[in-house]
Amino acid sequence: MTFLSKIGLAAAMVAGSVTAASAFTACQVTDTGGIDDAGFNQTAWKGVEDTMAAHGIDGRFLESQAESDYEANLNSLLGGACDVIITVGFLMGDATAASAAANPDQKFSIVDFAYDPTIPNVLGQVYATDQAAFLAGYVAAGMSETGVLGTFGGINIPPVTVFMDGFVAGANYYNEQKGTEVTVLGWNLESKEGLFTGNFESLDDGRAFAQNLYDEGADIVMPVAGPVGLGSAALADELGTDALKIIGVDADQALTDSEKAHVYLTSVLKRMDSTVQQVIEAAMDDTFEGGLIVGDLANDGVSLAPFHSFEDAVPAELKAELDAIKAGIIDGSISVGM
Amino acid sequence: MTSTIAKRELDDAGRKLLVRATQGRENFEDLVIVPIFAVVAALVLGALIMLATGVDIATIGKSFVALAVGSFGSLNAVSETLTAAIPLVLAGLGLGLGFRAGLFNIGAEGQLLMGGMAAAIFSFSFPGLPFPVLMLLSLTAGAVIGALYASIAGILKATTGAHEVISTIMLNLTSFQILVYLLRQPYIQKEGRSDPISKSVPDAGRLPQLLDWIDPNMRLHAGLFLMLIAVAFVWWLLFRSKIGFAFRASGANPDAARYAGMKSGLIVVAAMATAGALAGLAGAAQVQGVLGRASPGFSAGIGFDAIALALLGRSHPVGILFAGILFGGLEAGGRQMQVDAGVSIDLIAIIQALIIVFIAAPLLVRAIFPWGFTRATKGGK
Repeated sequence: MTFLSKIGLAAAMVAGSVTAASAFTACQVTDTGGIDDAGFNQTAWKGVEDTMAAHGIDGRFLESQAESDYEANLNSLLGGACDVIITVGFLMGDATAASAAANPDQKFSIVDFAYDPTIPNVLGQVYATDQAAFLAGYVAAGMSETGVLGTFGGINIPPVTVFMDGFVAGANYYNEQKGTEVTVLGWNLESKEGLFTGNFESLDDGRAFAQNLYDEGADIVMPVAGPVGLGSAALADELGTDALKIIGVDADQALTDSEKAHVYLTSVLKRMDSTVQQVIEAAMDDTFEGGLIVGDLANDGVSLAPFHSFEDAVPAELKAELDAIKAGIIDGSISVGM
Repeated sequence: MTSTIAKRELDDAGRKLLVRATQGRENFEDLVIVPIFAVVAALVLGALIMLATGVDIATIGKSFVALAVGSFGSLNAVSETLTAAIPLVLAGLGLGLGFRAGLFNIGAEGQLLMGGMAAAIFSFSFPGLPFPVLMLLSLTAGAVIGALYASIAGILKATTGAHEVISTIMLNLTSFQILVYLLRQPYIQKEGRSDPISKSVPDAGRLPQLLDWIDPNMRLHAGLFLMLIAVAFVWWLLFRSKIGFAFRASGANPDAARYAGMKSGLIVVAAMATAGALAGLAGAAQVQGVLGRASPGFSAGIGFDAIALALLGRSHPVGILFAGILFGGLEAGGRQMQVDAGVSIDLIAIIQALIIVFIAAPLLVRAIFPWGFTRATKGGK
């Protein structure tokens, strides 16, 4: 029983110190895939971490292990402990709306969901990801040796497919400009159908889907499925980057997945960290209002990551074209839609 | 030829496990003390694992406080614990009943998915029905479909001898795909969504919330009564009814039961169907009481956790009830643990797994806690 008494002692010690917390607490519920997914959840959590470092606030998170956890996780954060609750992921839209309705005094924010009409105590964070993915599609088309690109998603939901929309549109724009015939496998802009793993967890799926695309001739693949893409990166690592390169999503995956940094041509950045920080700061200085924050190329809410190990491989000419296109998208002269 | 031998080995190994999982009531120590010590040992080992992964003592203490507070420390916590326990107990009762009948049914997950899906489809197909009728009929639909789905494995075993472990695992995999396929059909898929998600259960089909008048966040629902009724029913079925005696007799000694004139094939199918009905009810209760819709991940591994639960509860309805409340508490408390102490919720899965390891190895528990047992270890058990 010595263990038990030790634990009891530790518990007693802790009970005394628990109350000494800082004044402001930001809480986050992650989506499935885990907080250490080197992408989506991790980027959103980085926003809380950055704010913790900048303003000395308290941050807590709760991982969703299954879709049925969303409500339960929200419930365990209610009850006054959190000054703002941030839910990460489109699939949490219903659960967040229900919780916000039941708790009108609690501030909520959700990544990747826009309510129509807006809810007074929920601030949505959405991203014009297709703008950054357009740049990725363009540069991938310019770098492809085989003239075939590939992409696949986790689940067919808007925050995922918007990456694929932009990627295909970018490659098509390259074709228009250069008269080439680069094709993108895995997503059809018109029918809105494509390749989906059906989950945001399985690295094996990421490997298998990338292998299939590679077998069909693709030499650059953009997986849009959270940690699933890490499996694709492992395949690219084995095949060699001459055969297969990966385009990261959400975070700069050359940094977050540093062991495989050499396989990432670039990453489509969705700066959830920056919008999450904005939301927390708004909640802290009482300027928080329900509504919508949109991240786009103009406000750096989305962008294209550096090329890192491909810095020398990407021709200067292509880089210059990218800068021009970025400016064109921002001033509206280039449309990333169909 | 080798396959017959392999099958016999599988049968023998399974039977030994089942004997341990379904001990008689007279053996109080194995029934009560071993599980209690298993839980204690698992919690202690869990603490050691946290220590090994670089969590300091204070945080470990904090996390166990959070585990206790989050599972039973407040009305809200109790509500969450019971909400999590409802589907676990329902599915666990079905599995325990199967174990008693000598069936090692791994298929609760699939039966639960099919039952929950059936309840969802039935409820939004008849939105005109009034409150208690639609709710009860939807639950029934879940139970019936769960029973039918489980019967497939039962019939395969009775007619061809196909081992239920294999066939139920395969049926689980099949059910995942059927579910995703169904969720994309226009009749079932929620309007305006491109991801696989079903239409919502109408209010008349929902299991009413019990505590929402105190706090709208309390999710405890009328499935609680369903769970208690099911516990009483399974107890009666197993220990007071004729068919229950047949279940237990063929579980204890299939040959003797056959010589006594019991129809083994029929018993297998009936036991599987009853187990499937309970698992289907678990899925229906989850869909109608908590989620309000079906989506690909809605089973969340309940059907697999329920196997552990049935083993922990020694396949006795009351034991399963307590084991379910314990597992529900671990789930609810585990969330609090992550919130308050920042300890990964994965630790809860480790603790649950350790409990099962200790249950499956009673000799180990007796060796660790020799003072807890008056009698000397009986050989083998």
